[in-house]
Amino acid sequence: MFFAGFDEKIANLQAQIHTHETQLNSLKRQLATVEFEAAQSSIQQRPPTYPSTSSASHTAYENHDPHDMSFGFPEDWQAETLAALSASNPPALQRWPLGKEEYKRYGRQLIMPEVGLKGQLALKASKVLIVGAGGLGCPAAAYLAGAGVGTLGLVDGDTVEESNLHRQIMHGTGRVGMGKVNSAIVGLTSLNPNVKYVPHRAHLTAESSLDIVDQYDLVLDCTDNPASRYLISDTCVLLSKPLVSASALRTDGQLMVLNNPPRPPGDSSGGPCYRCVFPKPPPPESVTSCGEGGILGPVVGVMGVLQALEAIKIISSGSLKLGTSDKEMKNHTNGNSAKDSTAQPPSLLMFSAFSPQPFRTIRLRSRKLSCPACSAQATITSETLLSGSLDYVQFCGTTHPVQILNAKERISATEYAAVREEEVVLKEMSFAQPPGHVLVDVREKVQWELAALDGAINIPFSKIASTKVPIKADEMGSKTPNRVGVESEAFWLQELRSLPTDQTMFVVCRLGNDSQLAVRKFKELGLDHDGTRAIKDIQNGLLAWRRDVDTDFPDY
Amino acid sequence: MAAEVDPAEVQTEQEEDVEVIPLTVEFSGGLEMLFADKKVHAIGLPAKTPDGKASNIAFLVDQVCEHLMEDDRKELFIQDDSVRPGILVLINDADWELEGEEKYEVKKGDKIMFVSTLHGG
Repeated sequence: MFFAGFDEKIANLQAQIHTHETQLNSLKRQLATVEFEAAQSSIQQRPPTYPSTSSASHTAYENHDPHDMSFGFPEDWQAETLAALSASNPPALQRWPLGKEEYKRYGRQLIMPEVGLKGQLALKASKVLIVGAGGLGCPAAAYLAGAGVGTLGLVDGDTVEESNLHRQIMHGTGRVGMGKVNSAIVGLTSLNPNVKYVPHRAHLTAESSLDIVDQYDLVLDCTDNPASRYLISDTCVLLSKPLVSASALRTDGQLMVLNNPPRPPGDSSGGPCYRCVFPKPPPPESVTSCGEGGILGPVVGVMGVLQALEAIKIISSGSLKLGTSDKEMKNHTNGNSAKDSTAQPPSLLMFSAFSPQPFRTIRLRSRKLSCPACSAQATITSETLLSGSLDYVQFCGTTHPVQILNAKERISATEYAAVREEEVVLKEMSFAQPPGHVLVDVREKVQWELAALDGAINIPFSKIASTKVPIKADEMGSKTPNRVGVESEAFWLQELRSLPTDQTMFVVCRLGNDSQLAVRKFKELGLDHDGTRAIKDIQNGLLAWRRDVDTDFPDY
Repeated sequence: MAAEVDPAEVQTEQEEDVEVIPLTVEFSGGLEMLFADKKVHAIGLPAKTPDGKASNIAFLVDQVCEHLMEDDRKELFIQDDSVRPGILVLINDADWELEGEEKYEVKKGDKIMFVSTLHGG
C-alpha cells in the first residue's frame, strides 16, 4: 500500500508534467507564430526592406500579382481602413469566428453541411463526460478530442494493464501501471492540445455522480458493469443530460442513445432511460466481463467510435442547451431548443462482427409510465442519490466465488503437484506400479490449446453443462421419461466411464469455479461409482498452479 | 428443475393433425451458447396451446425452453416463469413492450429474437 501510494503520485506527476509540457510546446509554437506575424507586419510597415523569409503569410509585397487588387496596400492596412469605415466590424484579432489553426485542423469536417461553422462552434462550446477510459472510452475520447469538443472529462479509477493495450488505444506500453485517466490525457493531448481535459481519477459513485455530471452537457457511458450503467442513467435523468450508452463482449456490441431529448422526469416526450429499457438488473451470474468472455479490439472500438459519432450528431445539431448548469446561459443555438425533432426515435443498434448482417437496429419503447427514474412517479431523486440509500452494487448483486464442495473434495495446487511428483518417483522405483490418476481440464478448447498440463485431458465445461442428468427410475414415478434419458450418452461421458475406476480424478480450470461445478456434475452422473472413485477439484485452478507451483505457466 | 414434459407429450400426440406456425427464433448477445451455439432456429410452433388458446409469446418461451435449449442452466434464460431480466425480447425487430409482451399472439413468419444485454466495455 505504501509503495502503491508513491507509484500513484509519481504516475500522476509524470502525467501532469507531460500534459503541461505538451501544452507549453503548443503555446511556444503559437507564440512563435504570432511573433513571426507581428514581425512581418512591422516589416511591411517599413517597405521595401523585407526579409526573404516572409513567404509565409502576407504576400502583398511579394510577387506582385497582376490580379492583386490591393494595389500594394498590406492586408492589415486594408483591414484597419475597413474597420474604421465600418464600426460594426469585429476587432482585428477576432476577425473570424474560429482561430486560424482551427480552420485548418477542422477543415475537413467544417466543409460538411452536417457540421459547418455552427456545428463546430457548438462542439467547441460543448463539455462531454466520458465515464470509463477503457475499450469504449479510448476510441470515443480520441474522436471527440479530434473533432474539437471544448471540454472532455474522463472518469476512471483503474490503472493501465498490459492486457488492456490490444483495445484501449489511448494508452501505451510505456504507461502500464499509470492511472487510465492520466494515461489517456497524455495520448489525447498529443492528438489535440486545444481541448480542455478534465481528469476525474476515481470510479463514479452515487455520492460523486451529480457533482461531476452537472459540469457537462452530454455523457458517454463507457463502463463495464450494470451498477455503473444504472447510476449514470439515473444521474443523467436527474440533470437532464442526454446519454450515449454502449457495451461490447466477444464479437458483439450494443449502442443506445438514452434520455434524448433530455426532458425532466415526468415529461413523457423525453427519451427513455436505461431503467425504462431494463427495469430489473440481470442476475449477476449472467453478467460476463471481457476478462472472462474475451473481446476483440475492433469490436469494442467500433462501438466507442459510434458513441463519439452519436455525441457529435447531438451536439452539432444544436439541440442541446450547452452549459446550462452555468449561471449565465450560453446560447450558441439561437435559443432554438425546440429542435428536438433531431432526436431519433429510441432504438438499439446491435453489432455482430461475424454475422452476415453485422449492423441491425431495433425499435425501443418510449419512457415507461412507471419508471422509478424518469416518470411522474419517479422515486429516484437527487436526495435519495446523495443520501446513499440507493445501493447500486447491491441492487445489481454480486457474484461470489463458487463454493459448493467440501474440503475432502478439494486439493490445493501444491498438494496436486506432490501427487504428480510421487507418481513419477514410484514409477522410477518400478517395484510398485501406481494406479495413476486422471486430470480433467474443463476449460474451453480454445483456452486448452493455449497451454495445458502434461497428461491432462480436455472436456470443455460447456459440454458438461449441456449434458442433462438422467432421471433415476425410482424418481420417475408416473411421469414420462425425460427424452434425453433415452438418447445415447455424450461421447465425453462414455470416454470418462471407460477409465479404470481406481484412478483418482482431478478436475482443473482457469480460476477454480467451473471445476467445482464439474466435480458436482460428474458425481451426479455417477462417475464416482458411489464413492469408490475419488473426484477432486484443484482449488483456484491454473491460477494457483502458476502462483504456487509453476510460475512459467502462461498467464492470459 | 423438475421435468415438466407434458407440453412435449401433447405436441407429439397431436403431431399428425396439429396446425403449426412457422417462426424464426434468434438468440444473440451470448444466449446462443445455451442453444447449441446456433443463432437462428427455424421452428414450427403449435398454433394452439394445450388448453386451446392461441399461441402467444409466453407459450413460445415455454416451448423454446423445453425443446430448443441444450444447456442445463435454465436459470440463464428463465426466471420466475418469464424471460429473465437483462434479456430483450424483440418481435419483428421491435421491443416486445411495443407489441403486448407475453400476450402477443404469434403469426406465421414472425421473427422473435432474444437478446442478452452486454455489459463489457
